[in-house]
Amino acid sequence: MTYLAQNLTHGGRELIAFRIGDQEFCVNVMSVREIRGWTPVTPMPHAPSYVLGVLNLRGAVLPIIDMSARLGLKPAEPTVRHVIIVAQVKNRIVGLLVEAVSDILTINDEHIQPTPDMSSEFERTFARGILAIEGRMICLIELEAVFPHSESEAA
Amino acid sequence: MDMNEIKEIFFQECEEQLAELESGLLRLNDGDRDPETVNAVFRAVHSIKGGAGAFGLDDLVSFAHVFETTLDCVRSNKLEPNQEVLKVMLKSADVLADLTNVARDGGSVDQARSKQLIRELEALANGTPLPTASAAPAPAVAPKAKPAAPAPVAEAAAPAANDQGFTPVAFSFDDFGGDEPEVSELPAYDIIFKPKSDLYTKGNEATLLLRDLSRLGEMSIHCDMSDLPSLDQLDPEAAYFWWKISLKTDKGEDAIRSVFEFAEWDCDLEVSKVGGEGVVAESDLPMQPVPFDLSALDAESDAPLGVTEEEENLVAQRDEAIAAAETANNVVQMAGNAARAAASDKGAAAAAAQNNAQQASSAAAPTIRVDLDRVDRLINLVGELVINQAMLSQSVIENDANGTSSINMGLEELQQLTREIQDSVMAIRAQPVKPVFQRMARTVREIADITGKSVRLVTEGENTEVDKTVIDKLAEPLTHMIRNAVDHGLETPEKRLAAGKSAEGTVKLTAKHRSGRIVIELSDDGAGINREKVRQKAIDNDLITADANLSDEEIDNLIFHAGFSTADKVSDLSGRGVGMDVVKRSIQALGGRINISSKPGHGSTFTMSLPLTLAVLDGMVVTVAGQTLVVPLTAIVETLQPEAAAIHSFGATQRLISIRNSFCPLVDVGRILNFRSTQANPVEGVALLVESEGGGQRALMVDAIQGQRQVVIKSLEANYTHVPGIAAATILGDGRVALILDVDSVVSASRGQSLQLEASLAAAG
Repeated sequence: MTYLAQNLTHGGRELIAFRIGDQEFCVNVMSVREIRGWTPVTPMPHAPSYVLGVLNLRGAVLPIIDMSARLGLKPAEPTVRHVIIVAQVKNRIVGLLVEAVSDILTINDEHIQPTPDMSSEFERTFARGILAIEGRMICLIELEAVFPHSESEAA
Repeated sequence: MDMNEIKEIFFQECEEQLAELESGLLRLNDGDRDPETVNAVFRAVHSIKGGAGAFGLDDLVSFAHVFETTLDCVRSNKLEPNQEVLKVMLKSADVLADLTNVARDGGSVDQARSKQLIRELEALANGTPLPTASAAPAPAVAPKAKPAAPAPVAEAAAPAANDQGFTPVAFSFDDFGGDEPEVSELPAYDIIFKPKSDLYTKGNEATLLLRDLSRLGEMSIHCDMSDLPSLDQLDPEAAYFWWKISLKTDKGEDAIRSVFEFAEWDCDLEVSKVGGEGVVAESDLPMQPVPFDLSALDAESDAPLGVTEEEENLVAQRDEAIAAAETANNVVQMAGNAARAAASDKGAAAAAAQNNAQQASSAAAPTIRVDLDRVDRLINLVGELVINQAMLSQSVIENDANGTSSINMGLEELQQLTREIQDSVMAIRAQPVKPVFQRMARTVREIADITGKSVRLVTEGENTEVDKTVIDKLAEPLTHMIRNAVDHGLETPEKRLAAGKSAEGTVKLTAKHRSGRIVIELSDDGAGINREKVRQKAIDNDLITADANLSDEEIDNLIFHAGFSTADKVSDLSGRGVGMDVVKRSIQALGGRINISSKPGHGSTFTMSLPLTLAVLDGMVVTVAGQTLVVPLTAIVETLQPEAAAIHSFGATQRLISIRNSFCPLVDVGRILNFRSTQANPVEGVALLVESEGGGQRALMVDAIQGQRQVVIKSLEANYTHVPGIAAATILGDGRVALILDVDSVVSASRGQSLQLEASLAAAG
């Protein structure tokens, strides 16, 4: 069951919104463990281009994913101003590099509009809906799809 | 503590008992005839039965009961534990394990199988009549028959137990009644019952025991209160009273003992038959709380009976019995009894001393059960401590260049202490590989049954210790390999005989420590690898080209390729072609290596080398293309600074380095890991000479060596995925993650096998 399905039964929910380039995205706040600043990572050999490397988070080794590259935008050039969203996807912990975290949204499910049928790779893989907040468009991301080599991909 | 927790403890104990049972049976199978082994086996089944009864696990109880009954026949020397008998018993142990698992986890067992075994066990218990069992000459036979029969009465916790194959009880008593009219009056026994404090702490109650005893016959009790201290010295929980009981009963001594069955360990119990001077001394020995050692009774009770028969010939007759026993078929069992009988001559004191010694030696070192989570937590914490200590050392060195000596000394001591703590903590989790090996014994039996081959599993070094995390992951690949060895490795008995080998195949499983790793070898004495067939198959599967020139070793190693299986037909056991590559991958995932060597006609040997722990590693910290990597120290043979003259180009891209006149391929780690696109200049770097599991040495080129350090292994798979060429990650003193190089995979990548290919394989798997 995806978190979307889980939360649909509950009505209201909180989402954390972040910015990459000129686009805004959001993920469920429940899967976010913490937000921290960018520090240099250890590159991984033979990793997909969107995996920047691994980072030590209090003794755990977690992969850092360049969300910009992952979502098909241009690869990020991380600076100290970038932030890492540490999120839990299933039983794994992963860091998502984004440009900035903008705010936390409390919304009801009826605010989530279905993604327009555009048959793009992005829409099918990551987008789970779009939100209209104060004239901004925010895309709701399915975190499980973001993770590299998730079970669905490996099978 | 609620019922479920108690039940959980019971199941944990069951596991231990089952292990004990199996190892005991295997010892018997190897020809061990020590009565203590039989007793241990019996005790295991008995304990399971007892516990199962308490939880109302009827299936388990009824099976255990039949099993126990048959074991009792072995114990009382009525049944010779030959290969046939042990085969049934080993199968029964498997079923017992299954039943235990089902009782714990639910599910169902193969009813037909357990019913069949129950029938076989019953047949064994009943089918061997007493006279044939004791082939010893006359003097031994008559007295033996009598105590042997009632033994089950003593053992059976439930009275209903008696109806299984123990009808000879009445018979032998009549026999004796006829032979010896002077004991036609009810035999009288003197019983001395001295409870220890433990008896009461374990919830036993002397009153109840005495009441049970009174049901056996006419009884008079004298309570001895002389040990009772004055009130100020009295320990309210200690045992001070003891009882002297005279009992007239026709139920026999064993029935008396059965009353005390569950208290036996926690009291001093002496049961002696009244009449005959030597008798008391004679009877002293068996009265010692030797756990369940009722077989000892058999021999000793010869003596009292002998006495009543012909008192003046007592000694002579026993000597005769002993001598006869020694020449009898079951020399070993009898010898054990005879030894006890002889020992009893030395008098009560000596006997007691001997028994105390026995007890002391049989008592296991005290242990505690600890939740594995707690140990894991401790290990993790110590891992953090090691990292922290490294960070501290590093920052002190950085900030205090001139190095105040007291700080440095303190840091050094801290480092040593940390290391010691880590070693000790790791030792907590270290376990012998025995349980895994025992499981393999079962696998061998089952597969031998299915394939119709006759197989003997020989194990060595079961007590070799390795971290529990490694043990847990060992069972699966080992099972695969054992299946392969029996199914593919060993030939059918006919073929073996034709090849001049014994019909029974041997699979040997050994474990040993070697240079900081555990090496597990699995060898069979089968036909070895059919290289022609393997080669052909590889060609058919497009793994190699038809004109490829492969060494024998390379051909052998082809079997580790995915989708490779040479079995002509796919069997249920192995031969799906997912066998050996899965094995190899799971061994590699453990940081291990696997290798095969095979001699046609003589069998194959698989050698696995695994790290002792998955928690720490001694590594050399090196720099490659600006990245810090850790190379496991165990892999490194030597390090050297290459000179330009020693580097030779070989073909278009290969380079060799000459080391003492032998040439060794140079492997640029930075290239292999895609850290740089051009080859580094070897003269500017350092070469690490490594020995890989595939045999052969490689010189790994790195840019610089930073130092040597113990690192804590952090899994990459936990949050990411397996990365080819990388074994794991660690955290260095500066808090950065460093990758630990997987030397074997880098070396095999340098052989032409692309890491990318492996990467796609890993992703697909």
